[in-house]
Amino acid sequence: MFTDFFYYLKNFGVPVSMNEWQDLMEALERGMAGSSLTGFYHLCRALLVKTEAHYDRFDLAFASYLGDLESPEGLPDKIWEWLNRELPPSEITEDMRRNHQQLDIDEMKRMLAERLSEQNEEHHGGNRWVGTGGTSPFGHSGYHPGGIRIGGNTRNLSAVKVAGMRRFQEFRTDETLGVRQFQLALRKLRQFTTRSEGVREELDLEGTVDKTCQNAGRLELMWARPRVNSMKVLLLMDAGGSMLSYSRLCNQLFTAVNKSNHFKDLKVFYFHNCIYDWLYHDPSCSLRDYTNTDHILRTCGPDYRVIIVGDGSMAPSELMRAGGVIDWDLHNEKPGIEWMKRLRQHFEYSVWLNPVPAKYWDWMDGAFTIKTIGQVFPMDELTVEGLERAIGKLKSRSVVGKGNKVAQK
Amino acid sequence: MTLNMTQYRGSSDYIVSDELRNSVNIAIALGKPLLIKGEPGTGKTVLAQSIANALGKKLFIWNIKSTTKAQEGLYVYDTVQRLYDSQFKDHDVANIKQYIKAGKLGEAFQSNEQVVLLIDEIDKADLEFPNDLLWEIDQMSYYIPETKETVTAQTRPIVIITSNAEKELPDAFLRRCIFHYISFPAPEEMEQIIKVHHPDLEKKLLEQAMETFYMLRNIPNIQKKPSTSELIDWLQALVVGGINPSKIKQDIPFLGVLLKKNEDLDNLLNQLHNKTQTKTQNRSNYWNR
Repeated sequence: MFTDFFYYLKNFGVPVSMNEWQDLMEALERGMAGSSLTGFYHLCRALLVKTEAHYDRFDLAFASYLGDLESPEGLPDKIWEWLNRELPPSEITEDMRRNHQQLDIDEMKRMLAERLSEQNEEHHGGNRWVGTGGTSPFGHSGYHPGGIRIGGNTRNLSAVKVAGMRRFQEFRTDETLGVRQFQLALRKLRQFTTRSEGVREELDLEGTVDKTCQNAGRLELMWARPRVNSMKVLLLMDAGGSMLSYSRLCNQLFTAVNKSNHFKDLKVFYFHNCIYDWLYHDPSCSLRDYTNTDHILRTCGPDYRVIIVGDGSMAPSELMRAGGVIDWDLHNEKPGIEWMKRLRQHFEYSVWLNPVPAKYWDWMDGAFTIKTIGQVFPMDELTVEGLERAIGKLKSRSVVGKGNKVAQK
Repeated sequence: MTLNMTQYRGSSDYIVSDELRNSVNIAIALGKPLLIKGEPGTGKTVLAQSIANALGKKLFIWNIKSTTKAQEGLYVYDTVQRLYDSQFKDHDVANIKQYIKAGKLGEAFQSNEQVVLLIDEIDKADLEFPNDLLWEIDQMSYYIPETKETVTAQTRPIVIITSNAEKELPDAFLRRCIFHYISFPAPEEMEQIIKVHHPDLEKKLLEQAMETFYMLRNIPNIQKKPSTSELIDWLQALVVGGINPSKIKQDIPFLGVLLKKNEDLDNLLNQLHNKTQTKTQNRSNYWNR
């Protein structure tokens, strides 16, 4: 029953498992949906969705599943409202839509690529390759692809977008050379809870023996505070196209961080060139799987150590302008630099590791953005020595800019 | 649903949305724990009280702190007491049972009739905490190795778990729960809620206060948005202070009741100064939807 729906949900990025599906079947058998669509909707949502972040995806999947089934009356108005709201009002006319449907994928791809290269020259003059240098103005010059995606006639456009997206191998591979060195460096990143805070919950054997003896054999128990590593790490990795050249180096670091099991908590997120409202869960940086940067800022305390890995080179607009995000279907209201500053403000213990050797920083393509970011985060090159320096900065509140000088020597 | 089972319909002192009521009933019927998430002050904790009242059941509250261990909820084996007792020889130390003290979860399991168990703010505990409870919550039973006893719930308690989303909960744990997110009440619902707490409030005062309240909540970048409970406190302050309703929006008296962070206050002042610039902001807003 409804097996299609299961796959619909999966496709829309709602992580459902067999357990929950069986629960749903059991609930349906017991008639708990009350033979109404609204009841079915609530039942499904309560059982299958486990975080409010997925409510939207669920609504989408539900709407599109039932859209195929016809007779959508009784579907909660909320969903339809929600769907309607997502469409930019009156910006896309029926004609425009029809035009788009007439184009086949190849033609669309060509058109987009063409326009992209034109705009590159006009606005930025940078002759960088399409994958990364493709600056954002295209993304919001004509229409809002996100709107069309939700409107229903989705396939063509998203296919085109996928074609334009960068492809990456996953970061995690079994690099061993160099990994060990990184790991050794990372071992220094630890901070034990002090003996003066925390709960006394470990039996202090020696103390107990001493005390009991002093008590002439009458038992007196002593308790001690266990020492545990309280270091929590947030690793943010650039998965942008220009990082491809350094993927080996990044792999090594990533493997090393991952194998370091002495952290109390380790969270890894990815971003594309610059950090905006979204932090992605995998290097493909697709909107199917992301967390709001705001959410991270709210849930991760300032005691998290933040390591950002990225080459920091991008078009100036990507960093400085609202709407500068490189992905075509996204728009950022706050310029990337503001997000950087917010991150830095919240996470006092943070460093930026740049795989580009420090001696190139001043004259390579992204010199301006590297310099600007270097004024926000202390920046070090991604080498074993650089990592060691960075870890030193992670342990104490570091002054921005200091890293540059050391690196330049 | 025409099954002979307990149905929760809300109680007189707690306004419950249809969705939430549905979720509660699903959880009760399937015998699964209900995980409630939502902004602070949306009445997550009060829900359990309301369910207990409405169904006439006893309520057990297990408050989670950062140091709480899963084991403590089941039972605590008081070894220290036993060691002390062994020195004086006035107790029968061989009887371990008397040193096993049931925790809140244990008490709920041992109760003869169905009870409501509230596990409050589960995200406060250590990351591994929810994982340590998987089996117990699934099977509603636990084993005490010291006495070689197994405690099994006679009737599955109605388990309500609340979370403030301070930490992510593990997937395995989530799979075993019914999930519900209490969204922030819309103005109409809010009016109902306020009526429960302040039955006879001047209409003008309520209108003005609500408008100001939702205005404050909509300011971007506010770190701690004012919540329902703060609005209720604020209304109380307005009434006691005898504030003229027409002045509420201009002066925002007792602002400290609503905004608790310095940054938020600064932010608000900035926003009020920059009102003229909002037009440009609205335009860029459009792209971000």
